[in-house]
Amino acid sequence: MHGLVALLSGIIFSLGLGISGMVNPNVVIGFLDIFGSWNPALAFVMGGAVLVNLVFFNVIIKRNKTYSGGKLHLPTNTKLDKSLIIGSALFGIGWGIGGICPGPAVANLFLLNPVILAFVGSMIAGMLIYKFTLGKNH
Amino acid sequence: MDWMNFMYPLAGGVMIGLAATIMLYFNGRITGVSGLIGMSLTKITRANDWRYLFLAGLILGSVLLYFINPAFYAYGLPYGFGKAIVAGLLVGFGTRLGRGCTSGHGVCGLPRLSMRSLVATLTFMGVAIITTFIMKQF
Repeated sequence: MHGLVALLSGIIFSLGLGISGMVNPNVVIGFLDIFGSWNPALAFVMGGAVLVNLVFFNVIIKRNKTYSGGKLHLPTNTKLDKSLIIGSALFGIGWGIGGICPGPAVANLFLLNPVILAFVGSMIAGMLIYKFTLGKNH
Repeated sequence: MDWMNFMYPLAGGVMIGLAATIMLYFNGRITGVSGLIGMSLTKITRANDWRYLFLAGLILGSVLLYFINPAFYAYGLPYGFGKAIVAGLLVGFGTRLGRGCTSGHGVCGLPRLSMRSLVATLTFMGVAIITTFIMKQF
């Protein structure tokens, strides 16, 4: 059941990424280029997603259980630490250069474009480097 | 701006939000794609099944949409291997260090009114905008 839900969620998520233009790095870079020929369309992606979840997430969190009474696995860390800021800043540099964040990276894999494959390969390498260096104790 | 220019991003954003809502309501999980990938990079275990299936869903959803309308994926990449590899490394390392990306901190964290996610989102958006500006000077 959990597997089927995750698969379905992934499919819907991916359709959303495709329809919205998030899978297209030109659209993403156009959105980030606010000092140039800014294309604000992607603000509606984050806006739409956040509005939907602002309603549903808060109903679910208030219930404090899944539909079947299971536990909600929510982040508990509330510290604004250095790793949060530095990590997010490094991600921002990479996102600004490539116009691809992790979701669209996976959603674009099926194209088998060698440059996309290089991006995804090095993204996984970056995650593994973290895992075996700073992330060793997590 | 043509109304279609933001209808697609809005529709896509709503779908992304619904996908995350389904995941939280039925599985009790946050849909953070960088975390899903990062946590999958271990020994293959049953506990990770839902993560593999979500990622499979991301690929399946794209293939499905591609057959409905390939135009969503008919883009030319604005860069080559060099930038893709640098960007990928930064996205991979940064999202793991900062504990989240556009989906985990943005789509799921902002609606929970998480201060960490707000700081992370403002940081990676801001840095990505500055990076895009700098990249355009070369």
